[in-house]
Amino acid sequence: MADTPATVTLTIDGKEVTVPKGTTILQAAKSVGVDIPHYCYHPGLSSPAMCRLCLVEVEGVPKPLPSCVTQVAPGQVVKTQSPMALDARQGVLEFYALNHPLDCPICDMSGECFFQDYIHAEGREHGRSVEPKRVFGRDDFGGDVLFYGDRCVMCTRCVRFMNEIEQDPRLTVVQRGNRSIIDTFFDYGLEGTHWHGNIVDLCPVGALVSKDFLYKARAWDLKHTPSICPNCSQGCNIELHTRDNLVQRVKPRENLEVNGWWICDYGRLNYEWINHGDRLEAPLVREGGAAKAMGWKEALRAFLERAAESGKPVKAVASPFASNEDLGALAALVEELGGGEIVYRSTMADEEIPLKGYPGLARRKELAPNSKGAELVGAHRVGGNDGSGGLEAVASHDGIVLVLGDVLADQQGDFGSKASLYAYFGVRASPATQAAHFVLPVTTFAEQEGTFTNFGGRVQRFWPALEPPGAARPAWLVLGAMVAERRGSTPARSAAESFQLLAERVPAFAGLTYDELGTRGAVVLETVPLSGD
Amino acid sequence: MAYPYVSDREVRILSKNFGDPTARRVDEYVQRGGYQALRKAFEMGPAAVIDEVKASGLRGRGGAGFPAGVKWSFMPKEPTKPHYLLCNADESEPGTFKDRELIRWDPHQLIEGVLIAAYAIRAKHAYIYIRGEFFEPSQVLAKALEDAYAKGFVGKDILGSGNDIDITIHPGGGAYICGEETALMNSLEGRRGQPRVKPPFPAAVGVFGMPSTVNNVETLSAVPHIVNHGGEWYRQWGTEKSPGTKLFCVSGHVAKPGNYELPLGFPLMDLIDDVCGGVRDGKALKAVIPGGSSVPILTAAECATCAMDYEGVAAAGSMLGCASVIVMDETTDIVSQVRRMVQFYEHESCGQCTPCREGTAWMTKVLKRIEDGHGREEDLQTLLDMSRHMTGTTICVLSDSAAAPVVSSINKFRDEYLAYIRRGESVGAA
Repeated sequence: MADTPATVTLTIDGKEVTVPKGTTILQAAKSVGVDIPHYCYHPGLSSPAMCRLCLVEVEGVPKPLPSCVTQVAPGQVVKTQSPMALDARQGVLEFYALNHPLDCPICDMSGECFFQDYIHAEGREHGRSVEPKRVFGRDDFGGDVLFYGDRCVMCTRCVRFMNEIEQDPRLTVVQRGNRSIIDTFFDYGLEGTHWHGNIVDLCPVGALVSKDFLYKARAWDLKHTPSICPNCSQGCNIELHTRDNLVQRVKPRENLEVNGWWICDYGRLNYEWINHGDRLEAPLVREGGAAKAMGWKEALRAFLERAAESGKPVKAVASPFASNEDLGALAALVEELGGGEIVYRSTMADEEIPLKGYPGLARRKELAPNSKGAELVGAHRVGGNDGSGGLEAVASHDGIVLVLGDVLADQQGDFGSKASLYAYFGVRASPATQAAHFVLPVTTFAEQEGTFTNFGGRVQRFWPALEPPGAARPAWLVLGAMVAERRGSTPARSAAESFQLLAERVPAFAGLTYDELGTRGAVVLETVPLSGD
Repeated sequence: MAYPYVSDREVRILSKNFGDPTARRVDEYVQRGGYQALRKAFEMGPAAVIDEVKASGLRGRGGAGFPAGVKWSFMPKEPTKPHYLLCNADESEPGTFKDRELIRWDPHQLIEGVLIAAYAIRAKHAYIYIRGEFFEPSQVLAKALEDAYAKGFVGKDILGSGNDIDITIHPGGGAYICGEETALMNSLEGRRGQPRVKPPFPAAVGVFGMPSTVNNVETLSAVPHIVNHGGEWYRQWGTEKSPGTKLFCVSGHVAKPGNYELPLGFPLMDLIDDVCGGVRDGKALKAVIPGGSSVPILTAAECATCAMDYEGVAAAGSMLGCASVIVMDETTDIVSQVRRMVQFYEHESCGQCTPCREGTAWMTKVLKRIEDGHGREEDLQTLLDMSRHMTGTTICVLSDSAAAPVVSSINKFRDEYLAYIRRGESVGAA
C-alpha cells in the first residue's frame, strides 16, 4: 500500500500494516492483533518506557527497542517473536520474578494478573535466583486502596493517574533503585479524592487492591456483564462482575466518547442497593381489603377489568432508574388509559465532581441514569433535590394512579387511597403501596436488557447480569402486555422490539435500532450539548 | 598547596595552573591573558566559533567522546525559544577527579569556556550543575563567578558587546545518575533525577522543554584555548581522530597517582611506568580499568599495546570513557573489586527501568554470595545472562556500565571466580 503524507506502512510479524504517522509500534501491532506485553504503557496515560517489557526487534537496529514509545517508520520490519525480542523480554520477566512473592493463592488479582499471564506466556520455566527476596510489606493508602509492596512491578501507572488524570498528586515514588517503592505523602493518603479506585484497575498486578473487594471472590468465578452505571446521569460504561446472583464489584468499560477508561469512586462503590433482598416476587392483587398473590395472567386480566371501569384521567409517577423501554411502555399505557400527566423525582447532588484530566467526564449532579429518557417520553421533574416531595396531587388523585419504579419512601399509607385504580410497578413494598390495587413486581436494570439516555442524549444499552427474583418481569413486558391487550395488537417480546415501539412513538429515538447502538451507544439528540448538565 | 606530582612528559594547557592558588583570582587570571578568548569569540560570531571548535576536533570529555562542535551545531540557528547551556560538573564516575581539580584551580577558565559555548549556541543562560559533595570546589567557583559578574565578564552587556549571558551554579543532591545529561535536566527542573527517553534529544527538547546542550567541565575548559589559538593549533597534539590533550586521572596501585595532562594517544604503559612511576612497591601489573568504573577491564597483556585515545582503547577491547585509569597490581582480588563496583551501581540505579533496578541488585547478591564462599559454577552463566539482559535494554547506560566489568572479568579472570567457588578463597590469598 502506498503511503500518504499522513500514513506509514510497515511490517509487523510478517503482516503489512498501514497506520497514521506518529503511531507507536505497540499501537500499530495491537491494530493487527499482535499483543506485545507491557506494564507501564496505558493508552490513557503518558509513556515513560520504563518497564522495558515491550521490547521488540526492529530490523537494522542492533538492540531491542521499547515498542510503546518507538514511532513507526516507513518500511520498518518489526519482529515481536524473534529470538532477540523473546530473549530480551524473558530476561526482563526473570528480573520481575526475582522479588515477586508468588502469593497468588491469596492474591485478589490472581486470574486476571498480567504477571501471571506474561510469565506463563514468555517467562522461564524455572527461576534461577536463590537469593533472599526483598520485602516491603503492606500499606493502607487510604480510601478504598490497599498496597502490597512486594507484588509491585514499579510501572508507576498509579502515580501517573493521580498526577495526570485526577491531577491531585497523592502518590509518588520514594527511595531509589532497588529500594524504590510507591508511597503516599506522609499522612495524606488517597482519602478525599474521588477517582482513586481507577488505580486499582490500572495496576497490572496485585499491588493495589480494593478493600471493598478484598477476599470476596476469585476472578475466575466472576461473570462479566456489560452495563451502564446507574449512579448518575453521565452514563459511564461499566461491567458488572457477579457471582451467586450478587454484584461483587463494578469495573469501568472503555468508551472514549463517554468515560474513557475511568469511573468515579461513587459509582464504583455504590452497588449494594442492587443486591437488596426484600424484593416483590409475585403479583399482588387487592380484592376487598386483602392482597392476594396471583399468576401474571390472572393479575393482568384483573387489571384490565378494573381499568375498563376507571375512566378518570391518569396521574403517573415514573422513575429515572427505569429504562427507556419501560418509560415508553408507561407513556403508551397512560395514553391508552385516556391520557394524563407523568412526573418523576430524582436526587441532585450539591456539586459535580469532574475528572480534570478527562474533559467531559464528571460525576454529575443528577444521581440517576435516565432522567433524560424520562423527559423524552414526556415526564417532568417534581419534588426537591433530595428526591422527595412533589407528589401531593398524585397521592390524593381520584382517577387512575400508576407508579413505576419509585419506591415512594417519603409517602404515607394513604397514598393513592382515593384512586379508582392504583397500580404499583416496583421492586419493593413500602407503606405507600398499602392502598395499591395492584402491586406488580418488576426487575431492576441489572436484571433486564434495556437502554438509558445519559445527560447528553446518548442512548446506551445494558445487559442482564442477574436472575430476577420470583415472578418479577421487566416493566416494558408488563406494561406492554397491558397496552397490547387493550388495543388487540402484538406485544413486544424483546427489549429490542420494545425499543422499536418507543422509536415509533417518540421522535427523538426515531431511526435508532438496538443493533446500531451496539456496545458503545449513539446520541439521539445532536442538539444537546455534551458538556454540563 | 603545590600539586603533588607532575611529569615532564605532560602538556599542561588546561592544567597549567594546578597547584597555583593565585590563579583562581580574577585579576591574576586576566593578567595571564584570561577572558581574551571571550572577547575574540564575540568578534568572530557564533557560527565561526562553532566552526573553529569543529576544526579543532575537540571531543566531549565526559565519556562518550562526541565532537563538541558538531553537538553545538545541532542547536537551532535562529532561536525561537530560549536556549540553555548546561555544564556538567556532576563528576561522579568512580576513579574520576579531573573536573574537581579544574574547578578548584582554574574556575575562570571554566567560566570563560561556559560563556563562549553559551554564546556559540545562542544561549542567554547557562547552568553549571555541580556535584553536591564538591563543597570546596563549589565555593571556589561561586567566588570566581561573583568576581566575574563584578568585572562585567558575566551578566548584561558583557565587555560592551551587547551580549547578555547569565550563569547559575546549581549543586546536585549527590546522585551519580544526575551526571547523565537528561537526568541532570530533570534534577535541575526539580524533578526526580531520572534519565529521560530519547528522542526527543536535548538539542530539540532539553531543560525546561527548551533546546539545550550539555558539555563536560573539561570540554568547556578547553574551549578558550581553542578560540585563542585556533583549531589547527589544538590538533598538534593527539591523533587524527582524537586530537588535543586530555586529563588522565590515575588511581590505584601506582607510585604516583594523580591528574596528568597528556596528548591523546599516549601509550598506557608509558603512563603507568614512566609518568606514574610504575606499579607500587615493584609489584606486577594485573589489570587496568582505563576509563572509569563503567568500562570493561583490560588485562596486563592487553595494556601492553594500548594507546590512550578513543580508538586505541576501543581496539584493546575497552573504552576511553573519561580517561580514569584504575591500576590494579597482582595482589588485587578481582571478584571483590567487581563486586564493589556493581554494588556502587546498585546503590546509584535510579530504579526506573526494570533490568537495571532488579539486575544490579541481583548481581550484587550473587557476587557477594560467591565472595562469601557459597558460589556455584552455574552462577557464572547466570551472571553472563543477566549482563546480556541488562545491556542495551534500558533508557540510559547505567545498567550497561554495571554489566561491562562483570562480563569482562568473568571472561578474563574466570579462574579467580572458580577459586572462590571451588575453594572459597581468592587467588591472591596467602
